[in-house]
Amino acid sequence: MPHIVKSFDAELRRLEEGLARMGGLAETQLAAAIEALENRDSDLAARVMHDDSRVDAGESFINEQTVKVLALRAPVADDLRTVVAALKVSGEIERIADLAANAAKRSLVLNQLPPVAPMRSLIRLGRLALELVKDVLDSYLSHDAERALSLRERDQELDDVYSALFREILTYMMEDPRTITPCSHLMFIAKNLERIGDHATNIAELAYYRVTGKTVAEERTKKDVSSFIGADLS
Amino acid sequence: MPDAKMTTRRLAVHYGGKLALKEVDLDIPAGDVTALIGPSGCGKSTFLRCLNRMNDTVEGARVSGEVTLDGKPVYGPDGIDPVLLRARVGMVFQRPNPFPKSIYDNVAFGPRLHGLAAEGEEMDRVVRSGLERAGLWAEVKDRLHEKGTGISGGQQQRLCIARAIAIEPEVILMDEPCSALDPIATAKIEELIDELRENFTIVIVTHSMQQAARVSQFTAFFHLGQIIEVGATEQVFTAPRNELTQGYITGRFG
Ligand SMILES: Nc1ncnc2c1ncn2[C@@H]1O[C@H](COP(=O)(O)OP(=O)(O)OP(=O)(O)O)[C@@H](O)[C@H]1O
Ligand SMILES: [Mg+2]
Repeated sequence: MPHIVKSFDAELRRLEEGLARMGGLAETQLAAAIEALENRDSDLAARVMHDDSRVDAGESFINEQTVKVLALRAPVADDLRTVVAALKVSGEIERIADLAANAAKRSLVLNQLPPVAPMRSLIRLGRLALELVKDVLDSYLSHDAERALSLRERDQELDDVYSALFREILTYMMEDPRTITPCSHLMFIAKNLERIGDHATNIAELAYYRVTGKTVAEERTKKDVSSFIGADLS
Repeated sequence: MPDAKMTTRRLAVHYGGKLALKEVDLDIPAGDVTALIGPSGCGKSTFLRCLNRMNDTVEGARVSGEVTLDGKPVYGPDGIDPVLLRARVGMVFQRPNPFPKSIYDNVAFGPRLHGLAAEGEEMDRVVRSGLERAGLWAEVKDRLHEKGTGISGGQQQRLCIARAIAIEPEVILMDEPCSALDPIATAKIEELIDELRENFTIVIVTHSMQQAARVSQFTAFFHLGQIIEVGATEQVFTAPRNELTQGYITGRFG
């Protein structure tokens, strides 16, 4: 149902559009970072690093818009949740884009080194993360609480692939010490991608909260093998 | 929910042939502020007036159902005597309505009526305490014998609150007490309501969603003579359960 005050609807729409734009941008950034890794494309990587500021600008827009709506409209109920969630989601998107830019930065270094085999698995992890980010943003923007909730499962899948990749990279490094430098960059990138999954999950939880007013109480059980191995990269 | 100071069960009110309140059940928790919100004409004032039998004086009004105060019936053959009831359940109205008497006499009015204090020093103390608790003492202590109608609207409203609390009621009913006041006077009343909560149970009707959110612990949403939703204020304003409540408080209908 629309608000009696139409300009309030317009402001909320601007917030939503800002998030959609920012999310789309972050998706593009992540897709490009993966492509740069896969094709050893340093130009593309450099562009990803450069364009990160556009996502930051998107976050500033959401921040300003949020403060304005809070001050002028004193929103309550679902309006309040929409505004608060937008503020938090924009922060999560900013982090996702940041991690994508960081992956692009490392790909520049990787391109100076001989290719290593686990890159294929890393690309696979990247695609999973990208899919998750896309679906999560979709569910947020389409107010689909149930779908958002179900997407949290996918983060578990991502964590599993990450753990497997971690072991794979470790095996390579042990077998051939000359791969240690590129492989450790791969590890950091993998960790970035895994973290992107965590931020996507946060967005899914905010989507659920925004629609239902309830927080996802159940703690996520994280099966992150790396911390058991003792090489925590965070 | 904490202990109920007052309860209503199947409380209905007719004005002539028109049903204004339809079987309302509500518990009013002791020592808290309960806000009644809802669109104009939904029956908030009608409900409030039932709590101290003010509807008895309204022509054509017919009340049915049960109301209790501390578990004792308010209506019916075993009902509390209306004069005593109004001493225990005081009321503050939308427009400040001090009597055309001195500030002192306004506050002393109730205690005199109910014989609660002797003239002289004792009454002086009662008047001073009432004005102090209403946050008005400092502003009027040098003009106690000037007319109560000669002070500002915000001061008049606090004078009415002083008058209401001077007889030591247990429950204070307020019907849009700030609607005629500026933001500063409103803030003073809201602060006062928060302080009074220590000693009184308060029920406030307000059209300001923000005021309801600021001053109350519980909120009841009325619509077309019924309670649609009641709950902790925080819950009602962050995650209302009912679509109508949500529509109303967010300004989507009303
Ligand atoms: N004395 C009366 N005689 C006849 N009808 C009345 C009387 N008082 C109220 N009503 C009717 O009863 C219904 C409820 O009125 P009430 O004053 O309780 O509403 P309210 O919620 O307090 O509205 P508002 O927010 O405008 O003060 C309305 O339809 C009103 O017209
Ligand atoms: Mg009214």
